[in-house]
Amino acid sequence: MTRKTRQEIFTHAILILLVIVLAFPVFFALVTSTLSFKESYQYPPKLTPGNQFMNNLKEAWVRVNIGRLFFNSTLISVVVAIVKTILALLAAFAYTHFKFRGQGLLFSICMITQMLPLPVRIIPTYQLMASFNWINSYYALMVPFFASTTGLLLFRQFYMTVPADLPDAARVDGAGPMRYFWQILIPISKTNIAALFVIEFIFMWSQYLWPLIVTTTSEMRVIQIGIKMLLASEQIAPEWNIIMAATVIAMLPPLIVLLVLRKSFVEGIAMQTAK
Amino acid sequence: MNEDKFPGHKFLPYILITPSIAVIIIFLIGPFIQSVYTSFFVSTTFGTNTIFVGLRNYIRLFSSPDYLNSAVVTFKFAAFVIMVGLSIALAIAQLLNQKIRGVGFYQVALIWTYAISPTIAGVIWASMFAPSTGLIPYIISKISGGYTLNWMTNGQLALFIVAAAATWKMLGYNIIFFLAGLQNVPDEFLEAARIDGANPWKSFWRITFPLLSPTTSFLLFVNMLYAFFQVFGLIDIMTHGGPGNATEILVYKLYRDGFIHLNTGSASAQSFIIFFVISVVAIIQLRIVTRKAIYSR
Repeated sequence: MTRKTRQEIFTHAILILLVIVLAFPVFFALVTSTLSFKESYQYPPKLTPGNQFMNNLKEAWVRVNIGRLFFNSTLISVVVAIVKTILALLAAFAYTHFKFRGQGLLFSICMITQMLPLPVRIIPTYQLMASFNWINSYYALMVPFFASTTGLLLFRQFYMTVPADLPDAARVDGAGPMRYFWQILIPISKTNIAALFVIEFIFMWSQYLWPLIVTTTSEMRVIQIGIKMLLASEQIAPEWNIIMAATVIAMLPPLIVLLVLRKSFVEGIAMQTAK
Repeated sequence: MNEDKFPGHKFLPYILITPSIAVIIIFLIGPFIQSVYTSFFVSTTFGTNTIFVGLRNYIRLFSSPDYLNSAVVTFKFAAFVIMVGLSIALAIAQLLNQKIRGVGFYQVALIWTYAISPTIAGVIWASMFAPSTGLIPYIISKISGGYTLNWMTNGQLALFIVAAAATWKMLGYNIIFFLAGLQNVPDEFLEAARIDGANPWKSFWRITFPLLSPTTSFLLFVNMLYAFFQVFGLIDIMTHGGPGNATEILVYKLYRDGFIHLNTGSASAQSFIIFFVISVVAIIQLRIVTRKAIYSR
């Protein structure tokens, strides 16, 4: 064996080991979700799947209304990701294609967003929701998240590299700025749009603290809170099999979004890092 | 910097940014200012009145052992998540940045943890580590001949396990960014170093690492925000800040003081302190990135 192939085999071995180690917790969750309560407390712990997944899921469904929570999480994640993308596209277009009074200041205001994550303004934001009568509504779950520095920076970076003759050509052809925006700029931004969608969808799907505070009834909860409720409803010992059935369901949407849009996502990130 | 590509449309740019600016002013800047203002007041027992107390909320916090403990816990937790997380991610990204077969598969198989929510990571790790019944305590007791791993009674251990779970979840994200950064390091540089006889280790530290600094500093900032805020769900699921207050990071304390104990003045002061810390880091990060930009010109 040459030194090179030996080295390659070594690399493969390490990578495969890493893949297994990283995946193990999720494998474990999958197995647990298929066991009966008794099997889940077997000693030594059982690592082969059982056949109770549907029963466990049904139980979780009944206890905390997983179906409704799943719907809520999906709705807020999709809507917020889309609105954030649109706002970021419009703002990035303005900042890169126009010159206007107060541009620098207005841009700084947008940049401040990343220094003001929800926890640093959480109490007044909550009070604001209360004054709008938004507590326990989809508005409260979504609207405070609509601003996105990530998106603005992503599109701005990209639009600064768009050759100047593109808008010039559009202008010569008599296309106004908005037509240029919809027909030229948006189509060439597809990769970045997909990348941002992945980032924002996963970000929203993971929200926990804010939904915990602004929702008061079980039908307005999100799926993350549902899992906490399953865990808290334990009587003697946590029913990991039921909790894991809900966990597996809660894991799926962001994973699917990431895997489906993987190519654009990775490319979008690469563009962002390239400068 | 940029020219006006559509001269004659004086109002359009303002219309385009209005939605963003409106959201930022109404839901971010407004509440933030309100929060700073509230931090100078305490509310009376029944919440009907507020009394101006100047800096007393801040002074109280800095002389409260609980708060200082929470700051230390946050620092340790964030340091672990950042140092361990970024080191492992960079090593894996470096492994992935080679011309080997199946690299596409490995990429996907190593970045997907990014899609796992902190809460989900928390619940899975909590079940794996469940004292006396979980898989990991079982394995450890088998290997060590009877050692019982009970992190529910051992604060330092609890902090370590919570930090490890948080790091695991973030690995995918960090790998994606490091890999993108590594792929932008020009091959010629490394080739030149190799010809000059530099070993891989040396050329990594002398060439790759400095060129990666914008990515690294960006990840540093993102991971800090993650360790400060987004892990709230993970902590809430795994430990509730316990045992004692061994895993009570600042955001958890803020939640408790603000929403359980309804001490809005103190919670607002805590908000401002966190804001101050992340602003300082954000400014440092920005400096590193801009300095880098000057280099490459």
